Amino acid sequence: MGAWIMAGVTFREAARRKILWTALLAGSAFLALFGTGMHFQIKDITRQSLPPFIRYQLEAAMLQVGFYAVDLLAVVMTILTSVDTLSGEIASGTIQAIATKPISRWQILAGKWMGFAGMVATYVSAMFGGVAAVGYFIGGVLPHHVLRGALLVFLECLLVLTVTFACGTRFSTLTNGVIVLGLHGLAFIGGWIEQIGAMTNSPRLITVGVVSSLIMPSESVWRRASFELQSSFTRALQFSPFSNASAPSAAMVGYAIVYLFVALMVAIYHFQQRDL
Amino acid sequence: MSRRSGRLQQSRDAGEFTRLTREEHLDQPGSFAIQTLNLRKVFGTKVAVSNLSLTVRRGEIFGFLGPNGAGKSTSIKMLLGLVKPSSGQAFVLGVPSDDVEVRGKMGFLPEDFRFYTWLTASELLRLHGRLCGMAAARLRERVPALLDLVGLTPHRGKRLRDFSKGMLQRIGLAQALIHEPELIFLDEPTSGLDPMGRRLVRDVIRAQRDRGATVFLNSHILSEIEITCDRVVFIKEGEVVASHDLRASPDGEVCLVARARNLSAETVAGLSQWSTSARLDGERLTLATHSTSVLPDILRYLVASGSDVFEFTPERLSLEDLFLKIMGEDRGL
Repeated sequence: MGAWIMAGVTFREAARRKILWTALLAGSAFLALFGTGMHFQIKDITRQSLPPFIRYQLEAAMLQVGFYAVDLLAVVMTILTSVDTLSGEIASGTIQAIATKPISRWQILAGKWMGFAGMVATYVSAMFGGVAAVGYFIGGVLPHHVLRGALLVFLECLLVLTVTFACGTRFSTLTNGVIVLGLHGLAFIGGWIEQIGAMTNSPRLITVGVVSSLIMPSESVWRRASFELQSSFTRALQFSPFSNASAPSAAMVGYAIVYLFVALMVAIYHFQQRDL
Repeated sequence: MSRRSGRLQQSRDAGEFTRLTREEHLDQPGSFAIQTLNLRKVFGTKVAVSNLSLTVRRGEIFGFLGPNGAGKSTSIKMLLGLVKPSSGQAFVLGVPSDDVEVRGKMGFLPEDFRFYTWLTASELLRLHGRLCGMAAARLRERVPALLDLVGLTPHRGKRLRDFSKGMLQRIGLAQALIHEPELIFLDEPTSGLDPMGRRLVRDVIRAQRDRGATVFLNSHILSEIEITCDRVVFIKEGEVVASHDLRASPDGEVCLVARARNLSAETVAGLSQWSTSARLDGERLTLATHSTSVLPDILRYLVASGSDVFEFTPERLSLEDLFLKIMGEDRGL
């Protein structure tokens, strides 16, 4: 019960402090820009009388750009909104009034986590739905496996959220932000190294990429999402900014889920052990 | 400064807490509101609380006094389960202090109360009530009653971000009382409050005692403590060094101020049979005794020695005097 109360408070905080609305407003601005871009792309493609197959692939690539931006926005929003929730309340002493109530610390943490997860789910759903709607109504294309892609991006955000929580139980807000962004940056660079390794057939580069994915699997989950969203033609291209020379396997997605679960357990353990 | 009665006991015989053995603590953990035995907390190499052993009776207003850095806040946090002791034992309301369920019977006003500033006063109280497991119907009665009690009814719909420090302190007090706890910890409850607010806090504390609750009060405003508390302990370097019963009989250490003429040096020297110290400054004689029972003897002695006594005023040591006497000179932090 305590966890649900905390989840409700956290979600209401996002709404009341206009965090969610501001994010959705910024997202709407992005969708408007994206729609404008796609509209002009269609006009130009129509003027050039390209074959339908090429036209479809160009529009699908544009759609992929949209999803890539949504993924980036969702990850950054997840980190920025949650980075202060534990470390900030511990530093200010706000947490003391809650932690002295008859609810366990794990319920406080789990409740906050669920609140943020709900907020991220709302954001990812709205943004994915928006990009898909722009693609369908302006470009006339629908991405492949859009639900699967959205769920994978949601998983990626949960992964980042959980690591932020785990670090927030030990470190200050600023240090926490540096660590989580650093880890995500490492995963991002590692993902690109792996792509280049796969394209140039370099096993050592691929190994470096895999190791970085094991340290922080967030980018791998996005690359899997991207793979799911692509048409078979784009997949066959193998290398473009938004395609995959080597798509992470289902095992890597499984690893990310286990990683998330372990990070959540670490967060709960540290939060229960620490002095407030 | 108010002067009041009291009895000072040094820690070696400072009430029951030093006489209780470990077995006694474990045998009767429910008979006191708070019991600690050899409680210790070390942060890295810094000893915050070295060896805290104390008891607080159910239904009393208990003052917890000590200079800055004495370990008061850490001690309170250990009793509330916010900080884990390095060693020792702590019981609240008969169960270990880290028990989650017992917190439903405890209220806490932290020093410098802060909470989500986007909540309104009513919402904050409802949230804390729900966290304490209160039903919605009960909250509908309690929230307006508590807002009225702390004088915030006109501000019930205002967000905390628009509250002054004093208003935050009032709403913090209300959240500590929302579930009618048996044991209430108030950490500097009057800081930031105007005189009316301080009066209100005093009245609230007394009302809590009247309904049978125990109040554990930490404050640097000794005059407030003196008016409000039944008993105080003095803590220094994480250890109880003295206990003082503020409701005890008036006998005890007393300071006497007399104004008299024809006081000779021999007469003053003769006061040493009753006095620990005597000083003559013109016509003003100041001396300290251990008991009020010797005051008639001193007056008779002065008159018999040929002195003309115009004024004879016994003044009890205030809590502040006691505090300074026990803690010694301020040697800086």
